[in-house]
Amino acid sequence: MFLLLPFDSLIVSLLGISLTVVFTLLLVFIIAPAIFGVSFGIRKLYMKTLLKIFAWATLRMERGAKEKNHQLYKPYTNGIIAKDPTSLEEEIKEIRRSGSSKALDNTPEFELSDIFYFCRKGMETIMDDEVTKRFSAEELESWNLLSRTNYNFQYISLRLTVLWGLGVLIRYCFLLPLRIALAFTGISLLVVGTTVVGYLPNGRFKEFLSKHVHLMCYRICVRALTAIITYHDRKNRPRNGGICVANHTSPIDVIILASDGYYAMVGQVHGGLMGVIQRAMVKACPHVWFERSEVKDRHLVAKRLTEHVQDKSKLPILIFPEGTCINNTSVMMFKKGSFEIGATVYPVAIKYDPQFGDAFWNSSKYGMVTYLLRMMTSWAIVCSVWYLPPMTREAEEDAVQFANRVKSAIARQGGLVDLLWDGGLKREKVKDTFKEEQQKLYSKMIVGNHEDRSRS
Amino acid sequence: MGSRSSHAARIPDVDSIQRETGFSQASLLRLYHRFRALDRNEKGYLSRVDLQEIGALAVNPLGDRIIDSFFPDGSLQLDFPGFVRVLAHFRPVDVEDHGNQDPQEPEPLNSRMNKLRFAFQLYDLDRDGKISRHEMLQVLRLMVGVQVTEEQLESIADRTVQEADEDGDGAVSFLEFAKSLEKMNIEQKMSIRILK
Repeated sequence: MFLLLPFDSLIVSLLGISLTVVFTLLLVFIIAPAIFGVSFGIRKLYMKTLLKIFAWATLRMERGAKEKNHQLYKPYTNGIIAKDPTSLEEEIKEIRRSGSSKALDNTPEFELSDIFYFCRKGMETIMDDEVTKRFSAEELESWNLLSRTNYNFQYISLRLTVLWGLGVLIRYCFLLPLRIALAFTGISLLVVGTTVVGYLPNGRFKEFLSKHVHLMCYRICVRALTAIITYHDRKNRPRNGGICVANHTSPIDVIILASDGYYAMVGQVHGGLMGVIQRAMVKACPHVWFERSEVKDRHLVAKRLTEHVQDKSKLPILIFPEGTCINNTSVMMFKKGSFEIGATVYPVAIKYDPQFGDAFWNSSKYGMVTYLLRMMTSWAIVCSVWYLPPMTREAEEDAVQFANRVKSAIARQGGLVDLLWDGGLKREKVKDTFKEEQQKLYSKMIVGNHEDRSRS
Repeated sequence: MGSRSSHAARIPDVDSIQRETGFSQASLLRLYHRFRALDRNEKGYLSRVDLQEIGALAVNPLGDRIIDSFFPDGSLQLDFPGFVRVLAHFRPVDVEDHGNQDPQEPEPLNSRMNKLRFAFQLYDLDRDGKISRHEMLQVLRLMVGVQVTEEQLESIADRTVQEADEDGDGAVSFLEFAKSLEKMNIEQKMSIRILK
C-alpha cells in the first residue's frame, strides 16, 4: 500500500542528498588526515568500545553454557598434548634405564624397547604437530561477534543474537561501502598520481612528490581497511641501500609497512589491475619487478637486487623471505636468497591482533577477492609493527645461519613461535634430509661414532 | 557457518566411542577437531596421504609403519572411530581402572598388554605373531637408514633375537617380547596425555 504524499519526491531527494553529504563528510574526514599523516583518534576509540562489547559477549556465552552444564570449547594455540622437550638420546637412555636392571654403561647397543621412542613421537605428531595448525586461521579464545569465528553456537542467547545482527548491519551496510569507496579512491589516486609524477624530470622535486604520493595513497588504503597500527622503535626504520625483511601473513603487510616508510617493492609482474598499478608505480620511482620467466633464475634475481642495493640513492627493498603466508602464530624458515646479497638487513616484526579481524590469507581456501571482502567486513585490522635494529652478516656465518639469526630476532620480538620448518610445506612434502638427521643420531646410539661427527 | 560447531553431540556415535576407548568427552572433542583439521579436503575420512603430509611424521624413521597401523587389513579410508581407536592405545592408564576391572569385560585398549601388542605389530609386518630375524633387520634398517653397514646390522639383529628367543625357534613371539620387557614402565613410556 503506497502512501502517495504530495511531497513524496521531496523526501526521496532529501534522503539522497543527506546520504551523499554524510558520505562526503566521512570521506573528507578520512582522506584529509591521510594526506597530512595526522589522526583524530577515532579508530582507537572504536577499538576500545569493541573490546568491551566482546568481553560482555563472552561472559554471556559462558553463562549460557553453565546453565546447560556444559563446558565452553576453548581452543589451545599451544597444542593439545603435554610434551617433554627432551632429545632423542636422553629419551632412549631413559627408556632403556627403566627397562633393564643391569648397569647402563655407554657402550652402544640396540634394545627392543628403543622402538617405543619413535612410536610415541610419531603418535604425538599425529595428535598435534607444529606445522599443520599454522596454515589455518588462529582460533580465538573469546568471541568477537563474527559468525566466522564462533565455535559455541548453541549458547547464544536472544540478546547476543540481536547484538550480532546489529553488528552484521553495521559491518555490511555502513562500513563495507565506506571502505570500498576509500579503497577505490586510494588506488586510483595512486595510479594517477604516480603517472603524473612520472612525467616530471628526474630530480629532488620528483623524489619528494613521489614519496608523498606513495605515502598518501597507502595511508588512504590503511583507512580503507580500518587498520589500527602501532609502530614501535621508528628510529630503526630502514634506510637506503638496505633490505627490509618481515614475517608474512597477508598481502596487507605491504600496505602496513609502506604507509610508514618509502620502499622499493620486489615482485612478479601481474596482469590486470595489479599490473596497471605496478606499471604506474615504477614510473615515479624504481621498483624491482620481474617477469614470470625471470623469477625462476635465481642468479638473475640476485644480480638485480644487488645492483639496486649498491646504488645508495635507491630506496630500501621490501622482501618477505618466508615465501608464503603463515597464520601469524609462528615464523617459518627464511629463504636464504635475500641474505646472500651482503646488504644491511633491517628486520621488522608484524603481529596482528586476531580479535578484531583475522588478516591471514589462506590462499588454498579463499581467492584474493573473497579475502579482501572478508577483510573489509571485519571490525578492524589491529596490528603492531616493531622495527628491529639493523643486522649484518658476520664473517663466520653463512647465509642460512644469518637468515636463522634474523628469523629468531623477529620471532622473539613479535611473540611468535620460531620454527625451522619450511613454509613451502603448505604445498609440498618435507625433504628427506631431516629424516637422515634422526637416523644419524640413532645410529650413533646403537653402533657408536666411528663415522664423522653428526650435527647436534 | 554451522560446520564449526563444537559440541560433543556433533560427533557421530560419541557414546559408543567413549565406552570403547575410555576418552573423556573433552578429549574426544579435541581429537575430533584434530581429525577435521587433518582432513584437508573435508572428505569425512582420512587417507594415507593426509597423514603423510604431516611434516614431523614424515621425518620419523618409523613414520610409514605408524601410518600403516591406522589402516589395518588393507583399508584405504580412516574414519573418526578408527582414528580414535588407535590413539586410545596411548591413553594414560588411570589408577582407578585396575580396581574396577570386570573380568567379563574386554581389556581396555590402553592396558599394558595392548600397548605391548601395538609395539609388537610395528615389528611384526606379516602378522604371523612372531618377529623373525628378517623382520628385525627391516625395522633396524628403517631406524638407521644408510648410516650402518649390512654386517653390523645383521649381527645386531642376530644378537637381539638370540637374547629374547627362549624356545629356540629363531624368532621372537609376543610372549617372549613381553617377557623381555617385563620390567619396563610401559604405562608411562607409551602414553600421551591430552590437556584438559
